Amino acid sequence: MPEMRKNQNDSPFTLAIASGKGGTGKTTLATALAEAAGMAVTLRDCDVEEPNAHLFVRPRWNRHTEQNRHVPQIDAQRCSACGKCAELCQFNAIAIAGGRAMVFTELCHSCQGCRRICPEGAISDMDMLMGSLDCGVQLKNPATPINFISGKLAIGQVMAPPLIRAVKNVGAAEPLNILDCPPGTSCPMITAVRGSDFVILVTEPTPFGLNDLELAVETVRQLKLPFGVVINRADTGNSAVRDYCRDNDIAIALEIPWERSIAEAYSRGDSLCDASPALKNKLHTMLHHIMMREETV
Amino acid sequence: MTVAFSATGTDLNSDMDQRFGRARQFILVDTETNAATILENTQNMNAAQGAGIQAAQNVINAEADAVVTGNCGPKAFQVLQAAGIKIYHTREDTVGSALKALLSGTLQEADSANVDSHWS
Repeated sequence: MPEMRKNQNDSPFTLAIASGKGGTGKTTLATALAEAAGMAVTLRDCDVEEPNAHLFVRPRWNRHTEQNRHVPQIDAQRCSACGKCAELCQFNAIAIAGGRAMVFTELCHSCQGCRRICPEGAISDMDMLMGSLDCGVQLKNPATPINFISGKLAIGQVMAPPLIRAVKNVGAAEPLNILDCPPGTSCPMITAVRGSDFVILVTEPTPFGLNDLELAVETVRQLKLPFGVVINRADTGNSAVRDYCRDNDIAIALEIPWERSIAEAYSRGDSLCDASPALKNKLHTMLHHIMMREETV
Repeated sequence: MTVAFSATGTDLNSDMDQRFGRARQFILVDTETNAATILENTQNMNAAQGAGIQAAQNVINAEADAVVTGNCGPKAFQVLQAAGIKIYHTREDTVGSALKALLSGTLQEADSANVDSHWS
């Protein structure tokens, strides 16, 4: 195996598996890459609204922790109703009415900007339960364990980003971090991919796949993240995704075929690597190409 | 008294906008002088969240005494209520007819939101 760039300075490499469209195969790819890596990996399920990577990893759980986030608490005695907090809040979570600040905690993104800007020091942090983190390990290949971390939003909570940040920051830093990201291109997806060394956008060769791929490409370009595309169920649909990638100089890192054996393995909760040893080799090669590549695309 | 009507257009002949938070704009009518002014709401039409809260804030900042609209959700209602602003729901077509209904006393002050939150 060639020497890896990121290992040379001991800083972990973070690979985000994202997509615009849901159901393209992010979890399938993320879990298979963790298995095919041939090195110790931390796999993080950042899709906290409906985490499912554990179904395929089947880790031995060893830690469960409740997670709180900070929301503002207003000291009514100190509040002068100046409105600076409401004006700053990009999420419309604070209003000034009847001479006092009203907080809608369910809309708060926990940025703590209001606390910082308050000239009266009237705002403090209050803990609010947002969900939980589960940590475990999978020792299918004891020499290359998969450390596994999964976040789950509490029922009734809608604010995913703070919990996604917790999923990304907890635990030991293995040389390789793989992030199974939430679908879409809104705050949860952006929170998950931000700061990654490389993003794989998984898509399918259909009009839906292309539409949402284009949105995802615009998003990661805005974030200035290097990325490549993996086409799943590659021999279905049409050629529009390939044409789009060619016309926009986007590398197609891998195509995963549409095969019954893969679907059957998935339905049993087995990995892509179990279904196709040939694909496992391709995934390994792709991963190490990505980790050795230069900083620019 | 100053009344804020959620409107799709900019004069009293305009249709009412049934939405409060994401109303095209508000027409502020001074019921003593009949003078009408426009209160923009464009930033809230495309807000990701909290449009009702922010629209309520705008109406408060414009020192309105009452709001006449089609539908008002629970958060906007709470904010308006905290500021002591009266809320009237109406199904009148135009701002002018809603104003007439208000002045003739046929609109009843709402004591709660009449639609659910879009958020949670």
